[in-house]
Amino acid sequence: MSSVLYDTPGPRGILRNRILTFVFAAAVIVAAWFVYLKFDEKGQFDAALWEPFLQADVWVNLIIPGLLNTLSAAAVATLIAVPFGFVFGIARLSEHRWIRVPAGAVVEFFRAIPLLIMIFFAQYGGSAVLGLTVTSFTAVVFGLVLYNGSVLAEIVRAGIQSLPRGQSEAALAVGLRKGQVMRLILLPQAVTVMMPAIVSQLIVLLKDTALGFIVAFEDLLNAGARILPANFRNLIPAVIVVAIIYIFINVLVGLVANWLERRSRRSRKTTVKPIEAPQSVGVG
Amino acid sequence: MRVRRIGALLLTAAALAASLTACGGDDKFVIGVKFDQPGLGLKGTDGKPTGFDVDVAKYIAKELGYSEDKIEWKETVSANREPFIQQGQVDMVLATYSITDARKELVSFAGPYLVTGQDILTRADDTTIADVEGLSAKKVCGAQGSSSPKRLVDKFGEPWKGQYLTEQQGYGACLPLLEQSQVDAISTDATILAGFAAQQPGKFRLVGKPFSEEKYGVGLKKDDKETRDKVNAAIEKMFGDGSWKKAVDANFGEFATAFATPPALEKY
Amino acid sequence: MGALVEEFPVILGAFWLTVRLTLASAVVALVLGTVLAAMKVSPFGVLRGVATAYVNTLRNTPLTLVIVFCGLGLGTVLDVSFSESLSTNYLWLSIIGLSAYTAAFVCEAIRSGINTVPVGQAEAARALGLTFTQNLRFVVLPQAFRAIIAPLGSLLIALTKNTTVAAAIGVGEASLTMKSMFEQHQDSVVAIFFGFALAFLVLTLPTGLAFGWLSRRLKVAR
Repeated sequence: MSSVLYDTPGPRGILRNRILTFVFAAAVIVAAWFVYLKFDEKGQFDAALWEPFLQADVWVNLIIPGLLNTLSAAAVATLIAVPFGFVFGIARLSEHRWIRVPAGAVVEFFRAIPLLIMIFFAQYGGSAVLGLTVTSFTAVVFGLVLYNGSVLAEIVRAGIQSLPRGQSEAALAVGLRKGQVMRLILLPQAVTVMMPAIVSQLIVLLKDTALGFIVAFEDLLNAGARILPANFRNLIPAVIVVAIIYIFINVLVGLVANWLERRSRRSRKTTVKPIEAPQSVGVG
Repeated sequence: MRVRRIGALLLTAAALAASLTACGGDDKFVIGVKFDQPGLGLKGTDGKPTGFDVDVAKYIAKELGYSEDKIEWKETVSANREPFIQQGQVDMVLATYSITDARKELVSFAGPYLVTGQDILTRADDTTIADVEGLSAKKVCGAQGSSSPKRLVDKFGEPWKGQYLTEQQGYGACLPLLEQSQVDAISTDATILAGFAAQQPGKFRLVGKPFSEEKYGVGLKKDDKETRDKVNAAIEKMFGDGSWKKAVDANFGEFATAFATPPALEKY
Repeated sequence: MGALVEEFPVILGAFWLTVRLTLASAVVALVLGTVLAAMKVSPFGVLRGVATAYVNTLRNTPLTLVIVFCGLGLGTVLDVSFSESLSTNYLWLSIIGLSAYTAAFVCEAIRSGINTVPVGQAEAARALGLTFTQNLRFVVLPQAFRAIIAPLGSLLIALTKNTTVAAAIGVGEASLTMKSMFEQHQDSVVAIFFGFALAFLVLTLPTGLAFGWLSRRLKVAR
């Protein structure tokens, strides 16, 4: 697309573009140099601040446990959110008003309020109202499930609705019952269609686990922003290292999403194009 | 077919996740301590916490019949100490936990095992703050959920709060702000400040004019008199056999002189 | 319920802060996101590279981390300061964090908006002799703009909800206020939660309806 916006440049255009490229490159380098100088001036490049990341102990005892907590919160939340999404997504398509309407209300409610206030509510409400023990892990998972489950419900609904009407009409015509139509005809096709969108929502879920930092969940961000600095007074380096780990994991999952998308595009199970992921803005 | 395969995948993942989150046996003695407070409770590179609170906790646990390998350390932060005790997520809390009447409504306390006061930490070259009055026009950093910033707000009022106070996630986050002059002071218990200051000798100055009395107690479930009595007995024994003094010297370094004598227990 | 009535002025103040955070971040994110999108379609490899790196980095970093970095890093390392008043300073630092993060998504929304304009449109414009700027200004962007209204609306809703993360660096917006109310009124946690949830619905639902209506009205007929 972008190449149609302008002609292939001629000799003078090429020269102008080269000069401008050079100017922009210089500007970028100057900006980077400025940041570098500031980091240097504040002693952020001191070996003492970065050296801990070369110690195996720091990784084994401080960073990896945080990472595992982050991943297990994400895994547990995913395992509950995905069925939640399917149940509520299908319920919203029900013919019965008394199923459709409450399911819709639940989904719309949890999509419209911030994840953080659900986590706070789980933390305080669980014990104040029900007398339950709510660990920060449970509180984080609770919020992640309700929010991401509701978004997944919308993906499921959109996925099923994107199938041609003829599919269910034909299935009903050959005598399948409603449940069979959903299970044998619609869902297998819909799963293919919505797989990429589901995976990108799961990346959002993974990022959102970082909210646990605010409720003292011992996650990866907690290790980077509180535990490491308390030992080595290296807040900025630790936050940067932790950010790189998050980016690495998310890019990895993103590659899986792309692979799934390509795969489902190749497969001839359905002629419907994969549905678009919703605006996947993570909170975390 | 596809659906069934995905179902199987989900189940496998569920089993994996369950095994990941499975906790140890029930015979563990769970103690809540700080993980980010040098000198009191700090999770080190060996993955285990160290500090004065931790030493006292180990002593008490030993007296209650739990060897060190039976202890499970759990991070508690200022904001979650009461809920953790009330909900039974921890058996006891030693996390710079001041005994107050308001908190006694929610939990019960053994001890105190250390008495300190709210003090002020500034940069070593900043001599403009002599006592708490000196904070009336100075930028101060505190921790969310801690009672120290609340005391300053009560003293100086809401407008002061807007202009001069920032509340971060723990005192560790305040330290770089103080170091780089984003704030002029950190104000909380002298023990906490001493722990940070001892890490970087010469960089900070502890003002040394405490303006409150903080009695660190052992947080226990409300109305559990039996455990409370046992813990008090353990603390008393620790005061008596020299272990207490040793722990003070080992953890507070040059500031140990401020905590020379053990406090009187408040049994109830 | 009593707690909600009693603390009504406090709650109102907190939500006013949430609204200000949202609007300020939205404006900054829109400007920054547009600049990034322009860089991404520009003929200069350096700019495309910088924009791509920026978008990929910010999109894959948790917002909490971005905000913590802005709160504790921008001031201490880069000497960024907005105000002598600490609460105002941290308010602006959190606005920087929120808009830096949201801009990456705005950039992607605008770019995919540009991609919805059929290639033939730009080709026809080129054939008529329009320059790069004219092409963007008269042909591509007016159509792209209509296509991105709906995504921008969802971004604004997400941003409204995301302002709660500013609690991480002690900005006293709605979520932090709700938390301290939980602590003070343990007997009415449920009422407080639904009160705050309702207030967020009041902020987000009309935004969604308005943007939905706007995007249907301005839809490009094809």
